[in-house]
Amino acid sequence: MRKSYLLLLLVLCSLPTFAQDYFPKNDGVKTEQHTITAFTNAKIYVTPTQVIDNGTLLIQDGKVLQSGANISIPKNATVVDLTGKSVYPSFIDPFSDFGLKKPKRNGNWRAAPQYDAGREGYYWNDHIRPETNPIQSFVFDTKKATNLLKAGFGTVNTHLQDGIVRGNGMLVALNTKDDNSIRILDNRSAQYLSYQKSNASKQSYPTSLMGSMALIRQMYHDADWYAKGNAKRQDLALEALIANKNLVQIFHSGNKHNSIKTDAIGDDFGIQYVLVGDGTEYENINAMKATNAAFIIPINFPKAYDVSDPYAADLVELEAMKHWNQSPSNPKALADKGIMFSFTMHDTKTPKDFKNNLLKAISYGLDKTKALEALTTIPAKLLKQNDKIGTLQKGKQANFLITSGDIFEKKTIIYENWVQGNPTVFNDKSMKDVRGKYDVTVAGDTYNVTISGTPEKLKAQVQKNALKLGSKISYKDNWLQLQFTTPDTTKTEFIRLISRVNTATYFSGKAILANGVETTFTATQKEVSTTKAKDDKKENTPTVMPISYPNGAFGSKTLPQQEDVLFRNATVWTNEKDGILQNTDVLVKDGKIVRIGKNLSAGNAKVIDATGKHLTAGVIDEHSHIAAFAINEAGHNSTAEVNMADVVDPEDVDIYRNLAGGVTTIQLLHGSANPIGGRSAILSLRWGRTADEMLFKNADGFIKFALGENVKQSNWGDTETTRFPQTRMGVEQVFTDYFQRAKEYEAQKKTGKYRYDIEMETILEIINSKRFVSCHSYVQSEINMLMKVANKFGFTINTFTHILEGYKVADKMKEHGAGGSTFSDWWAYKYEVNDAIPYNGAIMHSQGVVVAFNSDDAEMSRRLNQEAAKAVKYGGVSEEEAWKFVTLNPAKLLHIDDKVGSIKTGKQADLVLWNTHPMSVYAKAEKTMIEGTFYFDIERDVALRRQIKEERNELINMMLLEKNKGMKTQPAKKKDKVHNHCDTVNF
Amino acid sequence: MKKHIYIYTLCLTVLCSSLSFAQQTPASEQKETISIVGATAHIGNGQVIENAVIVFENGKIIRIGAAGTTQTAGKVIDAKGKHVYPGFIAPNSTLGLVEVDAVRASRDQQETGSINPHVRSLIAYNTESKVIESCRPNGILTAQVTPRGGRVSGTSSIVQLDAWNWEDAVIKEDDGIHMNWPRSSSRGRWWLGEPRGLRPNKNYAKQLQDIQDVFNNAVSYLNGTKSPKHLPFEAMAGLLNGTQKLFVHVDSEKGILDAISFAKKNNLKLVIVGGYSAHKVATTLRQNNVPVLLHRTHSVPKTDDEDYDLSYKKAKILTDAGVLVGLENSGQMERMNTRNLPFLAGTVAAQGLDKEKALQLITSNTAKILGIDDQLGTLEVGKDATLFISEGDALDMRTNILTYAFIQGRMLSLETHQTKLWKRYMNKFEGK
Repeated sequence: MRKSYLLLLLVLCSLPTFAQDYFPKNDGVKTEQHTITAFTNAKIYVTPTQVIDNGTLLIQDGKVLQSGANISIPKNATVVDLTGKSVYPSFIDPFSDFGLKKPKRNGNWRAAPQYDAGREGYYWNDHIRPETNPIQSFVFDTKKATNLLKAGFGTVNTHLQDGIVRGNGMLVALNTKDDNSIRILDNRSAQYLSYQKSNASKQSYPTSLMGSMALIRQMYHDADWYAKGNAKRQDLALEALIANKNLVQIFHSGNKHNSIKTDAIGDDFGIQYVLVGDGTEYENINAMKATNAAFIIPINFPKAYDVSDPYAADLVELEAMKHWNQSPSNPKALADKGIMFSFTMHDTKTPKDFKNNLLKAISYGLDKTKALEALTTIPAKLLKQNDKIGTLQKGKQANFLITSGDIFEKKTIIYENWVQGNPTVFNDKSMKDVRGKYDVTVAGDTYNVTISGTPEKLKAQVQKNALKLGSKISYKDNWLQLQFTTPDTTKTEFIRLISRVNTATYFSGKAILANGVETTFTATQKEVSTTKAKDDKKENTPTVMPISYPNGAFGSKTLPQQEDVLFRNATVWTNEKDGILQNTDVLVKDGKIVRIGKNLSAGNAKVIDATGKHLTAGVIDEHSHIAAFAINEAGHNSTAEVNMADVVDPEDVDIYRNLAGGVTTIQLLHGSANPIGGRSAILSLRWGRTADEMLFKNADGFIKFALGENVKQSNWGDTETTRFPQTRMGVEQVFTDYFQRAKEYEAQKKTGKYRYDIEMETILEIINSKRFVSCHSYVQSEINMLMKVANKFGFTINTFTHILEGYKVADKMKEHGAGGSTFSDWWAYKYEVNDAIPYNGAIMHSQGVVVAFNSDDAEMSRRLNQEAAKAVKYGGVSEEEAWKFVTLNPAKLLHIDDKVGSIKTGKQADLVLWNTHPMSVYAKAEKTMIEGTFYFDIERDVALRRQIKEERNELINMMLLEKNKGMKTQPAKKKDKVHNHCDTVNF
Repeated sequence: MKKHIYIYTLCLTVLCSSLSFAQQTPASEQKETISIVGATAHIGNGQVIENAVIVFENGKIIRIGAAGTTQTAGKVIDAKGKHVYPGFIAPNSTLGLVEVDAVRASRDQQETGSINPHVRSLIAYNTESKVIESCRPNGILTAQVTPRGGRVSGTSSIVQLDAWNWEDAVIKEDDGIHMNWPRSSSRGRWWLGEPRGLRPNKNYAKQLQDIQDVFNNAVSYLNGTKSPKHLPFEAMAGLLNGTQKLFVHVDSEKGILDAISFAKKNNLKLVIVGGYSAHKVATTLRQNNVPVLLHRTHSVPKTDDEDYDLSYKKAKILTDAGVLVGLENSGQMERMNTRNLPFLAGTVAAQGLDKEKALQLITSNTAKILGIDDQLGTLEVGKDATLFISEGDALDMRTNILTYAFIQGRMLSLETHQTKLWKRYMNKFEGK
């Protein structure tokens, strides 16, 4: 039934112009009309680059019959003279939700979570909805259509903005006269995707950005497998996905970081997505270019913050202020880089906002032709609908705007927006523009009248010599009424004028004087509207702050570079058999430690006097949750398919703060919401670089496991009692089950006929010792259990992290070969840490376990040097060995001790210069170097602080000015920063 | 002799430990005069006496001075090369009110309701808490036990950390009332569709008025017949007659200034607690003699734009400006973290504050702010012999290693649930 309906529509859309109509008619006689309308003498933008100054446009039956110069006008045409006016193709919004209602989130917040899909016959995850075809629920919304028409749009590609895979879009002409059978130009136009879950389902998975990413990848694998006929069941979602394969794929990635990742997902599956961004692309334009993707971008430039209250101003961070200042230059940045982009009205509230922001982008340097392309030909091309829309060439939809002039001028009026040959009139195009200065003569007196404002809302100012008179103006249908007070200020009496305006330069009509006497007046234009020149002048010179990396607090305008450096005369903590060397030089070249000794020759290297200072290897945090957009994928009890490398936030200021505490490397771990967590990302804290540039080069793969209260959801509330496991007994079974299944998967894989399963592939890597486990753990029983399970499957648990009862089974850990990465002194925060003791590190160390101290905390991570000292305090570990707890030992646990972790010739120059003994509470990191590049320098920090102050001050002044000019502002606001821990779940 | 006591205590505690979850047995009253000889004495008021003699008797310090000029008495503890400090004081703590954060049944720090001046922390203070005993080996010997939550959280008391029950523990009963000042900015209720993030609090002025109304009504009540009895207003009597202090927990600049005006208007003895932005209004604080119990120095800045070391150095900025500052440690996992109080002070010294002044932040300054400086906070004659001996600098993790600690002259056990486990398992592995 549904299919036949679709077919019908398709047929309708493609009918030839003079096809016979087959609908019966009962309300009169047949009245078919095929009028030709000719628009003449206009400046016609046939395409953004093909502009005809005195052109003609012929339309018939909703399509362009002909356009260009020297076109002969058929005798049966109705002629519309557009002398002095311009004609543009109407705009296209390729990312619209027009006419479609997003389902409301329903159900009880506090109800038990739903882990399985709620639908039968579809994919195992409810948020994959490629079968969605909006035609089923589309309702043409005339009010919204009018709004869009007013902004200049003629066609939108609309889709249901709900779910991860959202199904196909639909190309709709904003034709308010005809019905859907005419308006819908293509009912299967492009497929849309995002990372946002559907409101229509409460299924938990995915709870995170990396979960969404993993789900999309697995979905493509599953679709491939399904397409080959391997599935036992029917899956309407996958069938739809397969059917949508040849549609344009438009992905709402949401921000610049996600755009990079999204494009990479596409690369893996041979898909080039069109990316929908958020307007921050300019901050990393090179990476955007490297995606080779076309972009759809909103132009909802933020309003200035209201910073008139200095306390409120403190809430607004530099990053937000800069974005206010810089974002209008985003379209120009994209154009300059040669990135193909289209605009969307998505996230823009009113047509007025859209126009203002468009003009703003142009005043920030966007070329007008590019702007017009981004509104017409490019969206048409991106949607592969350029045979129908986007230009005014022959055969295209008759979708066009009639304007008073250049559409990118503030003063320009849109008179009419024609869609499929039907006009929507916003302003009377026969109306004369009366804005300007006039001499008005009434009864022998001359008044100076200035008319300004918008055509819908004119303002008048009437002056007699220097005296300003109260006045009121009204102008409609070419009739102008003006009343003003007499120059006699002792009375309130009015002179009233009324006249039809045939030409704006001179008009004359009736005047009624204060005493009721009727006479005539004349108005002579002395000057055309002056507002334009003035406005343009102001907006032509916006001050755009320079971009820094990252583009907020403590970013540098130029990225720090690798240097050759000689540290002279330091106390050097080698972490090697040389121990702590006094008065020693260390030479760094090309990012490596090349020599350690006394009185080394510097050569060309920069010499740093380290007398009285201590030089150590960079601090390594085995367990960190900074620099991440998400931590936990909590939707399943195993999520080996997710990868923290997908969600690295390279602009988290905690990276800088870590560097200021001497930290150079972190393991960004998945959280502890489930027994088998996600893959981790080992990061070198190269502040200012992209997420991918921060990944530690050539590091082994790791994954997070977890045991105990968190995975059995002990502290998640009373409703979270349905996910297996709920006890430590169940935890063992989860591991055994998954490892067993991975073994079986491996066997199946060898047959060549198998469904590629990212999760199983990852677990297989673990079993085959190609990926290594860092397991969140507290209680001895479960630690012991996991080692036994691992033994059974023939691999070793690399690291127990947190491991607060490690001391109770240190001998067993040693025997198994597991390391322990623990907190120095945390305890008492939950039941399972009752027996956590600060001597844990010392005891495990004494039994030969490789011991590290970790943070799991953005604050403590920057003081890990002091945490190391607690191994001295609690349990009497020697200082030299204690220092290894935060440097060499975590390097060993992360399998990067061949590159970092000690000061040894040939190793990577990840070094920290401390002002005093590095484990002293009084120590400060003065310089932090990664591969020969100083990413933190205490002197540069002083300069950066000054820069933040100056830039803030400058931007606050700009925003105050904006407010004083009467521009709209938004209330001061500070973004919510989440300091992530193991148990942070951002649903 | 002293060794005997030590060993005796140890034996006793080992005996006890095998049976129960209880903390160390409280030490019995000082019977014999004790002299600590040869240590560097950090008086807690900025002064240092090298090679000092400290004599205490019946729980009070009776003599302190340089060796040679000061006579010893009773049992002598040789502390050459070591350091003596007044016991550290942890204000605004919830020690004894919560045992395990995640276990609801063990949480007693927050009562329901908004105006709870009548709610008293003292009676919920659990002297048997294992967390409390873990603070002592790091030198924390006194604490203000403070209720949390609501607008007026309740009434705090000051306790010493080695007691059989709360009556034994109390140093100063019901010392002050704690109020959470309205926030000048509030978080968007995103679940109701408001944008996420912090915005100026639109209800701030009204919330301020609500507080003033409470005080006005309390004054009216107390000036009247007091019938029928109104428990919250009754509990505010001390505040209004100046015998109790008002601890206002407030972070914003505006909030601090408003709190100062409020205290002046209502004639209250004000202490600012938390005081995230106190350094920005240091001059006003000094001019009005308003002290600050400053938030954890180990905390990250609240905004991206602030200096990474802002929290480290705030106490120095305030001290330099002449404000009386103590350090408090509320926040995540605050109870177990209390034992790191000395290092919060050490962190300030790393920013250039004189080490003896940094010490004052957790000793004499805090004692003054809490109004117990006649009894605690310094090593001065007449004060409680609440003090300890450390192997080295007690503000630095590496050297904060206690050999003896005394509360009112009573020699404490420095054993804990944790040291016992340490010894037990080292013994298992190495037969020690």
